[in-house]
Amino acid sequence: MKKIMLKLQEAAQVSRKWLKTKMFPAIKKAAQKMGFACKKAFVWFITPTNERRAPAATTAIIALLILFGFIYVYPFLYMIAYSFMDENDVVNPLVKFIPTHLVIDNYVAAIKTLNYNKNLWLSLGISFVPSALQCVSCSLIAYALSRFHFPGKKVLVALILLTFIVPAQITMIPTVITLTKIKIIDTLWSYVALAGSGQGLRSAIFILIFYQFFNQIPKSVEESAKIDGANPFVIFFKIGIPTARPAYLLTFLLSFVWYYNETTLTTIYLGNDLTTLVSQLLVFKSTYETLYTGKNINEAVYMAGSLMTILPLVVIYFISQRFFVEGIDKAGITGE
Amino acid sequence: MKKINSFFLRFFPKKAKKNDPGHERNDFWFAMLFSAPWLIGFLVFSLYPIIQSFIFSFNNVSVTAKGIVQTGTGWANFSSVLTADPDFIEDLQTYLQEMLVYVPVIIVVSLCLALLLNSIKHGKGFFRTLFFLPVIISSGPVITLFIDQGVATFPGAASIDYSTLSQSVPAFFVGLLKTLITNFVVILWFSGIQTLIFLAGLQKLDKSMYEAAKIDGASGWECFWKITLPALNPIIVINVIFTVVIQSTFTLNPLISKISGDMYAVGKGYGYACAEAWIYFLVLLVVLALFVLIFRKKNRKRSYQER
Repeated sequence: MKKIMLKLQEAAQVSRKWLKTKMFPAIKKAAQKMGFACKKAFVWFITPTNERRAPAATTAIIALLILFGFIYVYPFLYMIAYSFMDENDVVNPLVKFIPTHLVIDNYVAAIKTLNYNKNLWLSLGISFVPSALQCVSCSLIAYALSRFHFPGKKVLVALILLTFIVPAQITMIPTVITLTKIKIIDTLWSYVALAGSGQGLRSAIFILIFYQFFNQIPKSVEESAKIDGANPFVIFFKIGIPTARPAYLLTFLLSFVWYYNETTLTTIYLGNDLTTLVSQLLVFKSTYETLYTGKNINEAVYMAGSLMTILPLVVIYFISQRFFVEGIDKAGITGE
Repeated sequence: MKKINSFFLRFFPKKAKKNDPGHERNDFWFAMLFSAPWLIGFLVFSLYPIIQSFIFSFNNVSVTAKGIVQTGTGWANFSSVLTADPDFIEDLQTYLQEMLVYVPVIIVVSLCLALLLNSIKHGKGFFRTLFFLPVIISSGPVITLFIDQGVATFPGAASIDYSTLSQSVPAFFVGLLKTLITNFVVILWFSGIQTLIFLAGLQKLDKSMYEAAKIDGASGWECFWKITLPALNPIIVINVIFTVVIQSTFTLNPLISKISGDMYAVGKGYGYACAEAWIYFLVLLVVLALFVLIFRKKNRKRSYQER
C-alpha cells in the first residue's frame, strides 16, 4: 500500500513538473497569441472605415491588375502558341490556342531564313557598341551640367532639349553626307561617332537621367573631397560614377533595347552589309520565299521568326528587369 | 598692358588654396572638358545638319560624281509636298489621328495602372515586371507584325460594324474610335515607361497630406482629385512630352519611312525629303505645344482657386 502511495506521489510530482515546464508555458503562449489576435482585431475594429480597406476592394484591384496583365501578355502567348502549329492548324478555325501536335519545323525554317547564327552576333554587337558609348558620353555632359557652374549652362540645357525634339529625319540627310565625306558611312564607325559624341538615339533622355543622379551627390561630399586635394576627374571617378551606377545600368539597357529594335537608322548609317535580326525580319517573307521556292509563308513561321528575333531581348530583360525598374525609380525624372 | 595681362591671367588662375573649396575659375574649363565630346558632336551631327537641311529644303539637291549640286528652287519643294503628294498628306492625317488617340489614352492608362500598382502591398514587383515587359519589343518591327496579324486588339474587334454609328456621328470621331479599338493592346504596350514614371512620382507623395485630408473628412475620390492629380501635374506634362516625342520618332512611323524612302526616290531626292522632314517637324511642334497647353491648363486654374 505504501509502495503504491509512493508511486502515485512520484507520478504526481512528475506530472506537476511536466505541467510546470511544458504545459503552462504553452498555454501562456497560446493565450498571448490569442491576446495579440484580439488586440489586432480590436485595433482593426476601432480604426475608422476609410482607413482600412475592405478585402473586397483589394481583391477587385488585384483582379483588375490580373486582367490588364493578361492583355499585356496575350500577344506573347499567341505568338508562342502559333509558332508551334503546323500549316493545317493555322488555317483551321477550330484550333484556337493549343496546337494539335507540336511542330519544331517552324523554328528550323525561321532560323534558316533569318540567318540566325550570323545575324544574332551582328545585332548584339551593333547594339552593344553604341549603348556602351552612350553611357560614357551622356554621363560626361550630365556631370558637367550638374556639378559645375559656368555661363551658358541654360543655353546648353536648351540645346539638349532641342536634340530631343528634332526628329532624326531632319538631321539624317546632311549627317549621311558628312559621314560619307569622312568615309565612315556603312561601317560601325558611324554609330561610334554619333553615340560617342552624345548624338545617338534619344541621348537627351539619358543625359536627363544622369543629370538627376549626379544632382543627388551632396555638395559637402564634393567639397571635402576637394579639400583632400582631389581634382574634378578624381571626384567624377570616385564619387560620381559609383553614385550613378543605376543610371549607367538603365542607360545601357534602354539604349541597347532601342538600338536593337532600330531599323531605319541602321539601314541608312550601316548600309546593307551589316544586317540585324530586326532588319531581316522586315524582309522575312521574301527571304523565305527565295529559300523555299514554291512554299507559301504561313503565320506559324512568321511567329517563330519574330519570337527568335526578340529572344535575346527577353533573356536580357528577365535577367536585368530589376535594374530597369530601380533605375527609373531612383532617377527622379519625376521632376525635383 | 596691365589689362591684357589680367585678361590672360583669368584663364590661368593661381593654384587654389587648400582651404578654398570654390575653384570657381577652374570650373568653366573643367565643365568645358567634360562637355567637349557632346559639344563637338552637337556642332557636327546636330547643329550643322539642322542648318544644312534647312538650306537643302529650299534647293534641288542632286548627288553627282563631283559632289553635291544645289540649285535654288525657293518654296517649290514645300508647295509640291503639300499640294502634289497625296501620300504625304494622307500619312500626316493618320499621324495626327493616332496622336489624338494615343497620347490621352496612354496618359490615362498609365496613370490608372500606376494608381492600382501603388495601392497593393504584395506582388507589386511581379506586376511591374509584367507591365514593363512590352518595352523590349514596342520599339521594333515585331509590333507591326502584331498589328498586321490582328493580335493587337480584342478578339473579334475586326468584325465590329461601324456603319450604324457613322450615320449619327461625324466620320472623324468614328475614325478615332476605330483607331482606338484596333490598336488598343498596342496603346497599352506603349505605356510601360510612363507607368513606371508615374509610380515613382506617386511613391514620393507626402503621406501626411492624405492623413490631414482624411481627418478633415475627405473621401478617397476627393483626395485623388484634390491632392494626387495636382501634385502629379508636372509628371503628367513630362510624360506627355515624352509620349509625343517617342511616338513621333518611332522608327516604323509611316511618315518616317516615307521620308527616308523619298531620299533616294527618282524625281524627289534630298531637297524634297528635307522639306517633308521640316513640315513634319513643324506639325510635331504644334502637336506638342497643343498637348502641353491642354495639360498645363489645370495647373493655372488651381492656382487661381488658391488665391
